[in-house]
Amino acid sequence: MKLSRFNIVSLTLGFAFLYLPILILIVFSFNESRLVTVWGGFSTKWYGELFQDARFLDAAWVTFYVAFISSTVATVLGTMAAYTLVRGARFRGRTLFSGMIYAPLVMPEVITGLSLLLLFISLGLDRGGFTIILAHATFSMCYVSVVVSSRLVSFDRSLEEAALDLGATGWQAFRLVTLPIIAPAVAAGWLLAFTLSLDDLVIASFVSGPGATTLPMRIFSEVRLGVSPKINALSAILIGLVTLGVIVASLTTKRAATR
Amino acid sequence: MKRIVVWPPYIWLLVLFLLPFALVFKIALSDYAIAIPPYTPTFDIADPASWGATLRAFDFENFQWLLDDKLYYTAYMSSLRIAFISTVLALLIGYPMAYAMARAPQQWRGLLMMLVILPFWSSFLIRIYAWIGILSNEGFLNMVLGWVGIPPLSIMYTDTAVYIGIVYAYLPFMILPIFASLDRMDASLLEAAEDLGCTRMSAFWRITFRLSLPGILAGCFLVFIPVVGEYIVPDLLGGSNTLMIGKVLVEEFFNNRDWPVASAVAVVLLFILVIPIVLFQRAAERRQSASA
Repeated sequence: MKLSRFNIVSLTLGFAFLYLPILILIVFSFNESRLVTVWGGFSTKWYGELFQDARFLDAAWVTFYVAFISSTVATVLGTMAAYTLVRGARFRGRTLFSGMIYAPLVMPEVITGLSLLLLFISLGLDRGGFTIILAHATFSMCYVSVVVSSRLVSFDRSLEEAALDLGATGWQAFRLVTLPIIAPAVAAGWLLAFTLSLDDLVIASFVSGPGATTLPMRIFSEVRLGVSPKINALSAILIGLVTLGVIVASLTTKRAATR
Repeated sequence: MKRIVVWPPYIWLLVLFLLPFALVFKIALSDYAIAIPPYTPTFDIADPASWGATLRAFDFENFQWLLDDKLYYTAYMSSLRIAFISTVLALLIGYPMAYAMARAPQQWRGLLMMLVILPFWSSFLIRIYAWIGILSNEGFLNMVLGWVGIPPLSIMYTDTAVYIGIVYAYLPFMILPIFASLDRMDASLLEAAEDLGCTRMSAFWRITFRLSLPGILAGCFLVFIPVVGEYIVPDLLGGSNTLMIGKVLVEEFFNNRDWPVASAVAVVLLFILVIPIVLFQRAAERRQSASA
C-alpha cells in the first residue's frame, strides 16, 4: 500500500512534535553557554560537572536500587496475582482481590502517594529508600499482573494438565511448564515495573524522607528554578540509555522470534 | 498450590492499598489540630473504651469546607476542563497519526510503533522539562520566531503551556489503542464499500471510524483519567492562575499541613473519577456482549 499525501504529512508533523523537543534538549546539552538561546559553541563541560556532583550520583544510586528491588518484588507478587486470577481459583474475596489489582492502574498518583504516606506515618516507619520500595512495588505489581495475565490467558492449559497427569506436583508443573512459557511476559513485566519506578516522581516525593532522594526528585527541585544545562546533560544520558535499551530489547526479541 | 499463591499478593494489597485508603477516609472525617500528627481525634486501637468517643468526633466538616470555599470547586472544574480539552486535542493529533501508521506498509508498522512508544519509556519529567527550554520567554521558540521577525510569544506559565505539555506527554496513550483497532480492521470492507458506490469520505465515517471507536474510547480514557489528577505539568508549565486539583492537594498537604482537608480533596477526586471509570467499563462490557 502506498501512503497518501495526507498520511505522510500527518506522520511527519506528528513525529516532529514527538521528537523535536527531545532533540533540542540534547543539542543544548552540548552548549558551552549557560543560556538556552545563546549558542556558545560545542562543549562537554556540563557532562563533566554532572559527574562531579555528588548529589546527582547519590540520587542515581538510590533510584537504581529502589527500581531494582521494587520491580523484582513486584514481578514475583504480580505473577502470583495473575496466576490466581487467570487460573480461576475460587476463594473468599476474589472480587475484592481483582478490584485491588485493577484500581491502582487508574488511581491518580497524588492519591496513592498521600494514602501511603499517611499509612507509613501511622505505622511509625522511618521514611526513605525502604518506604519508596514498598510504594513502588505496590503499584508496579498491578502492571506486572496485567502483562502476565494476558500471556496466561492465551496459552494452552492442557500442557499444564498433562504435566499434572504425568505425576508432576503443582509446583513442578508451574516451574517446568508454565514458567518457561510465560517467561517473556514476566520479563516484560519486570522491565515495565523497573521503568515505572525510575520514572516516578509524585509518589516518591510523598513517601520519601530526608535520607533518600531519587533522581526524578533531584531533577524536579533543580528544574523548578529554571533551565540548567546540567539537567540537559543528565537528560541526554538518560534518553541515550533508554534508546539503547529499547533497541537491544527489540533486536533480541526479533532474533528469538526468527530462531 | 493455588491456595497458597493467593495470599502474598492479597495481604500485600490489603495492607498497602486498602488500609491506606481507609486511613484517608478516616482523616478526611477528622478535624485539623496543631499537633503531631496534625489532626484529631487520633484512633487509639489499644483502648476499646475510647472508640465510641472517637467515632462521635468524626464529622463531614471538611467536605462542607470544600463546598463553601470557591477555590476547591474552581480547581475541580478547571481540572476536568483541562483534562477534557487535552483529551480532545490528543485525539485530533493522535487519530491521523494512528490512521497513517495503520495504512503504512506492513514492514514499517513495527518501527513506527516503536517510535511512538520510545518517548514513553524515557522520563515523563524530562519530556516536560524539554518544553520549559522551548516555551520560556527567552526560549527556543521565541528565538526561532525572532529570526523570522515575529514578535515573541509568552506561552510559558499559561494554560496553553499546560495543554501543550499534557498533549505531548500523553499522546502515545491515545495513538496506541487507536492504532491497534485500525490495524486489526479488515481492508476488504473498504473495497466492498467503494465497489458498492460509497465515496471515500463516507466510507471512512461509516466503516473505518466506527470500527475504531473502541480504540478511541480506550485512548480517551487513558488520557482523561490520569490528567484530572495531574500534578507535574501544571506545577512546571502552568502559572499561578492554573488551578488543578492535584496541585491543590499537594499544597494543602505540604504547605498548609492541613491533612484533613487534603484527605477530603482526595476522597472527592476519587468519587469524581469513579463515574467515568464505571461508564467506560459499562461500554466495554456492552461491546463485548454485542460481539459475542
